[in-house]
Amino acid sequence: MSRQSLTKAHAKITELSWEPTFATPATRFGTDYTFEKAPKKDPLKQIMRSYFPMEEEKDNRVYGAMDGAIRGNMFRQVQQRWLEWQKLFLSIIPFPEISAARAMPMAIDAVPNPEIHNGLAVQMIDEVRHSTIQMNLKKLYMNNYIDPAGFDMTEKAFANNYAGTIGRQFGEGFITGDAITAANIYLTVVAETAFTNTLFVAMPDEAAANGDYLLPTVFHSVQSDESRHISNGYSILLMALADERNRPLLERDLRYAWWNNHCVVDAAIGTFIEYGTKDRRKDRESYAEMWRRWIYDDYYRSYLLPLEKYGLTIPHDLVEEAWKRIVDKGYVHEVARFFATGWPVNYWRIDAMTDKDFEWFEAKYPGWYSKYGKWWENYNRLAYPGRNKPIAFEDVGYQYPHRCWTCMVPALIREDMVTEKVDDQWRTYCSETCYWTDAVAFRSEYDGRPTPNMGRLTGFREWETLHHGKDLADIVQDLGYVRDDGKTLIGQPHLDLDDPKKMWTLDDVRGNTFNSPNVLLNEMSDADREAHVAAYKANGTKVA
Amino acid sequence: MAETKHRSFPRIEFTDSEAGALEFPSSKSRTYNYYQPAKLRATMYEDVTVDVQPDPDRHLTQGWIYGFGDGPGGYPKEWTAAKSSNWHAFLDPNEEWDQTIYRNNSAVVRQVDLCLQNAKRARAYDGWNSAWLKFIERNLGAWMHAENGLGLHVFTAVQRSGPTNMINTAVAVNAAHKMRFAQDLALFNLDLSEADVQFDGSAHKEVWKDAPEWQPTREVVERLTAVGDWCELLFATNVVFEQLVGSLFRSELVMQIAARNGDYITPTIVGTGEHDYDRDLSYTRNLFRLLTRDEEYGETNKVLFGEWMATWVPRCLAAAQALQPIWSQPADKAVTFAASFDAAKQKFRSLLEELGLDIPKELDQ
Repeated sequence: MSRQSLTKAHAKITELSWEPTFATPATRFGTDYTFEKAPKKDPLKQIMRSYFPMEEEKDNRVYGAMDGAIRGNMFRQVQQRWLEWQKLFLSIIPFPEISAARAMPMAIDAVPNPEIHNGLAVQMIDEVRHSTIQMNLKKLYMNNYIDPAGFDMTEKAFANNYAGTIGRQFGEGFITGDAITAANIYLTVVAETAFTNTLFVAMPDEAAANGDYLLPTVFHSVQSDESRHISNGYSILLMALADERNRPLLERDLRYAWWNNHCVVDAAIGTFIEYGTKDRRKDRESYAEMWRRWIYDDYYRSYLLPLEKYGLTIPHDLVEEAWKRIVDKGYVHEVARFFATGWPVNYWRIDAMTDKDFEWFEAKYPGWYSKYGKWWENYNRLAYPGRNKPIAFEDVGYQYPHRCWTCMVPALIREDMVTEKVDDQWRTYCSETCYWTDAVAFRSEYDGRPTPNMGRLTGFREWETLHHGKDLADIVQDLGYVRDDGKTLIGQPHLDLDDPKKMWTLDDVRGNTFNSPNVLLNEMSDADREAHVAAYKANGTKVA
Repeated sequence: MAETKHRSFPRIEFTDSEAGALEFPSSKSRTYNYYQPAKLRATMYEDVTVDVQPDPDRHLTQGWIYGFGDGPGGYPKEWTAAKSSNWHAFLDPNEEWDQTIYRNNSAVVRQVDLCLQNAKRARAYDGWNSAWLKFIERNLGAWMHAENGLGLHVFTAVQRSGPTNMINTAVAVNAAHKMRFAQDLALFNLDLSEADVQFDGSAHKEVWKDAPEWQPTREVVERLTAVGDWCELLFATNVVFEQLVGSLFRSELVMQIAARNGDYITPTIVGTGEHDYDRDLSYTRNLFRLLTRDEEYGETNKVLFGEWMATWVPRCLAAAQALQPIWSQPADKAVTFAASFDAAKQKFRSLLEELGLDIPKELDQ
């Protein structure tokens, strides 16, 4: 279809909307934003007549590549170190995708612009595509990869795992609370415009380097839909900017959304890329270098900064702080170490790091070895059962961390941890911004104005609370992270499948009591708590 | 001489990580084991749909971690008055997922496109009489608004609210059908307005907004979009409105009379809408049959659906009856309103019988 006829066709389909006079559509999901003065911004033009065949063609290429991968025995060359992390990633990502579909009517309800409604409805179908195409990729992995354990229980594991919950806010954040905060700023303006670059472009590149060319095939196809979504989000953002009353809310939401996306996505994708790869060429980009390119240059400098011309204060300080956490404060390395510490309650296996890995990390992140090297040597030393407990229960100079009440990644940059009594409970936060998110942003009043539509932080936010005081073996069994012999754990701190004696069983982890740091914190006297927090924060992570 | 750029690339390593390379616990565990498929083997649809939307009643242990300002987040079952002892029992008989959505809709796009190309090549519109052109201009033009309104503000809206992924995905596909069909009608309208015939491509707006015969239909559509209960909205739209108004207009009028008025184009396009509704009715029937046959809540659901019908059946009957004058507009009046209306009501009765619901007395009046 020519550009001219597309424009004409698009103009025609805008005639389908009308101003209702008998009744107006129900407002199921409210917003504190106002669009009374908003000019109608036109999003990227898309009509169903061209949309369906275009997506069908994209699908054909994806499924053709899948057939080719099977015929070409792709799994002969896939690195297990890489594919194990996909058990976590692919258990999480279909939910945010389908949540994005569910978020679209929230934006439609909130924004009085029929031209955008069409684009949002098309995005809804895209997201159904993304969710189901990713579930299918995972099924292919389960069917063809050497170790299907973990893939086979994927959605159950996602729903009961500590890391799954971290990822789940990436979906729940799209569908809950203020419609514009959730479905526009958090989902589209930040998650899709900024972080899909690392999720769907940078990470698949790394997959290819590890012998897996199906992840890039599927996720680049997914990413090719994102430009339309970014256009939807930008149109709504410009409409919101037209009303001065929205400015404080936009600034609040950009701070929350930016920081939460950083905490969650950089934790996960940074770990997958840095610790899931076997590609240790020195000129391969590190996650920090990728972040600089994809997030700092492409998003912050090219997308966020120009918004200043509309008078919007953008969160420069938080962009800089995120960068600092990745480069100076070891954020990704801390997260990887935390995941590896928790291996018995994982549904994926985590490979040990070798001298080659150490060398690469030291080259990319000077000072890495002195901070993390010894711990990974211990991880390697304690990899097999029989003579030792799982590393979390051995004295290797690592204190199991407090969890951030807001982003649910633990407070791993320990000197930055904030401890406050909020809603009658002592809570810990990974950062001042996460504390602000809970105590200030997600409240019914903000900066002296009522914000009744803003969401709330709910649920059993500290995963460890659910398992406080239980034996590790019972926890693993309750979670269902046991292989089909009824005793061998799915999670293992190594990749050796050839010798049953190297595989940890329930009996090997029994006798270790697991406690919730938050429950213990709340049981402490004021003096004990202060001393505990001071000691925790003193065990800082700054690389010398 | 230009300096040769150093090329750096990862080395592929043969790892022997194929299925079956080794035997160890779970090495043969190659099915999703966290749900019970409806039949012996899980379908592709089930594997890519079931449990993707978590549920605290199934595997979700920490509960929903975000809430609304005035209530819980996630997908509360309280968002409808209908009750089920197991919402997860609903599976879409169309088994819609990525590939089916694009394959089916692309096939329709190609069918419509070919049809419109042929119409232009054959100068098919030249043969239409003025009464038929006027009929299409006004009535099909008005109807496309209804399809679009339902697509955006009923089905797109509903797919946020159902308690399971299976329900919401089926409804999302329904929304896509409606939007595609509405747009196809609009672009057909555009083709006609560009053809060398007497056709006012903008008349549809006025008809939909002001023509007395269409106002009760517009009123029902607008009132549907105002319903907050997602299940009532689905019931009122797919069970009541589509039967008494949608099918009445599409199946019992347009599809019956177009050919007799020299039009072989419109039935091809409207037929795709009929095909969509046939699929969408199929999932709707399964869902509501599940609810009326529920051992625990079946009887209370039937009472509830009776209440919903008490609201929506009279409105839809009024909308249908208001449309009566358009049966007289074509030159060749191949069917009478009474015959069409009887046929639509009879199909509605059959559907209600399949759902185990009482026939509203208004149908016999």
